[in-house]
Amino acid sequence: MTTYYSKDHEWIAVDGDTATVGITDYAQSQLGDVVYVELPDTGKALKKGDEAAVVESVKAASEVYAPIDGEVVATNAALVDSPANVNEDPEGGAWFVKLKIADKGQLADLMDEASYKAYVETL
Amino acid sequence: MSMNTQGRPTAAGDAGSAFRPKTFTGNRALDMEEPLLFEIGRLDVTGVDLDEPEAFEAELGAHARKSGIGLPGLSEPETMRHYVRLSRNNYAIDAGLYPLGSCTMKHNPRLNEKMARVPGFGDIHPLQPLSTVKGAVELISELGDWLMELTGTSAVAMSPKAGAHGEQCGMMAIKAAHIAAGRDPKIVLVPESAHGTNPATAALLGFKVVTIDAKEDGTVDLTSVKKAIADNAGNIAAIMLTNPNTCGLFERDIMEIAAAIHEANAYFYCDGANFNAIVGKARPGDLGIDAMHINLHKTFSTPHGGGGPGSGPVVLSDRLAPFAPLPFVRKSASGLEMVETEAGLKDGEKPFGRMTAFHGQMGMFVRALAYMLSHGSDGLRQASEDAVLNANYVRVGLQDLMTLPFGVRPCMHEVLFDDSFLKDTGVTTLDFAKAMIDEGYHPMTMYFPLVVHGAMLIEPTESESRAALDLFVATLRDLVMSAKRGETERFTGAPYLAPRRRLDETRAARAPILTYQDPVPAMVTPAAAE
Repeated sequence: MTTYYSKDHEWIAVDGDTATVGITDYAQSQLGDVVYVELPDTGKALKKGDEAAVVESVKAASEVYAPIDGEVVATNAALVDSPANVNEDPEGGAWFVKLKIADKGQLADLMDEASYKAYVETL
Repeated sequence: MSMNTQGRPTAAGDAGSAFRPKTFTGNRALDMEEPLLFEIGRLDVTGVDLDEPEAFEAELGAHARKSGIGLPGLSEPETMRHYVRLSRNNYAIDAGLYPLGSCTMKHNPRLNEKMARVPGFGDIHPLQPLSTVKGAVELISELGDWLMELTGTSAVAMSPKAGAHGEQCGMMAIKAAHIAAGRDPKIVLVPESAHGTNPATAALLGFKVVTIDAKEDGTVDLTSVKKAIADNAGNIAAIMLTNPNTCGLFERDIMEIAAAIHEANAYFYCDGANFNAIVGKARPGDLGIDAMHINLHKTFSTPHGGGGPGSGPVVLSDRLAPFAPLPFVRKSASGLEMVETEAGLKDGEKPFGRMTAFHGQMGMFVRALAYMLSHGSDGLRQASEDAVLNANYVRVGLQDLMTLPFGVRPCMHEVLFDDSFLKDTGVTTLDFAKAMIDEGYHPMTMYFPLVVHGAMLIEPTESESRAALDLFVATLRDLVMSAKRGETERFTGAPYLAPRRRLDETRAARAPILTYQDPVPAMVTPAAAE
């Protein structure tokens, strides 16, 4: 399994044809306490850059964008009842959606962990 | 002679003592703990004395209420005290400088209030026959004329009740114009520095929002606008832009942006929230704007923020004028007519519908017109200039200690700082704002706009004297120095001196209690009373 990162502070863990998408620890620390999560319906076809989910903190509401094209095959319904999970375990149990990858070529546009860390350093 | 031997001590006693009593009531002199109405009211008390109705026949039948509704009753003095005590724990523009950026918390002149209470304006009803409210109709018409004059536009919709409602009105006129031209574009361009209501309005009306990036200098990137237009050729409905923008900066490319939008058969919506910076200096119509709401409660000094309803009339360009919603005032040889229904329309009038049941916020119209006429054109222009001057005075007073995200340059009516000056102090923008409460100031707007980190947006308005601004600047300088010296506790636990300490916003959002919960059976319940 390989994990990629996007400039929108999302992580994408790829296992075969499936990409699990969540937000990074940096993203949750910037958002502050998350109070609300909205997830897409399974089966929804997303294009890269489409709104995949909504995450709302006391400070702001933000979109989670689809980092690649793909169909939603699963969502983490537990987040809806326990949005605090996003703060507690952002890069583990608090994943948002699983996508069936439409075009593996798009993964090349994403960063690996080292480049993402370097990117965050510049912010 | 007789002599008063009951001399009372007139010296200051132990007034110098640091002793602070823990009071029996929990009150601290004028700072009183005030329970909720539900906690002090009683079911068997009422503040009004109505005659028992003489024999009457209820027509409610089975719908007639059979038991009490459990509302607490209070006498008039109890009611007055309740609200007066609460009001003393509240911050208001009448109590002090209120630098809430983008909100324009300027002084509400008392002359406005006097005019709003003139019976011919204050004691009328929107369903009264037109012949009995001619003065009110004339006032609506005259205010509308001045709004068009100041903005260089051709039509005005007076009924929207606030800024976001005005946005909706303007965007509905834009949608109607597209439909009338046989077009059905789906995309609205919104800069990332926009007010949050802009994308919300576009989304509510079924448009897809495409975000336009800001340039390094905080203004909208003309190249990005042109690229978005090209990428979505034929499918752009409008751009929604605020000028001056929420970074307190004037959008210098606004005329080029307008030209590019018009060339794409789209319309230019301007959020008028910051119109107060340019009244009498620039006319939005001359800048190429097709629709703009005007927050009477910001620019034209009508009360808001708990003090009164908003009011958001929308001015429209020639191209959108036919689509102005009902009702509107039409001028004819025989005088002013209030056009209320589609049956009353003439050729060329194609209203998209109606925003409100009646004619808008009449009380605010009176206040806004009173403000305009009492200031005159020179006064309105000076108010804009002084608002900009005051913001720059604050900027210059703080820019060596706080950080300007877009470099040292003049701002418009508000000045935006980011939180880089707090880096490594352990103090956040929120902590800094809370510490301002202890100093007796309402905090500035914080964490908005989203384009800068830990934003602090300060809008002093023209209402403040130089002395008031000096004290404000000195207070903020003291806070910054304190944070930099590592006096973290002054911030992280603030406010210490307010009637309430810092609230747990997370818990309030995650587990809100939205109805009154009786803590103890303190009052007689309807069931127990029976």
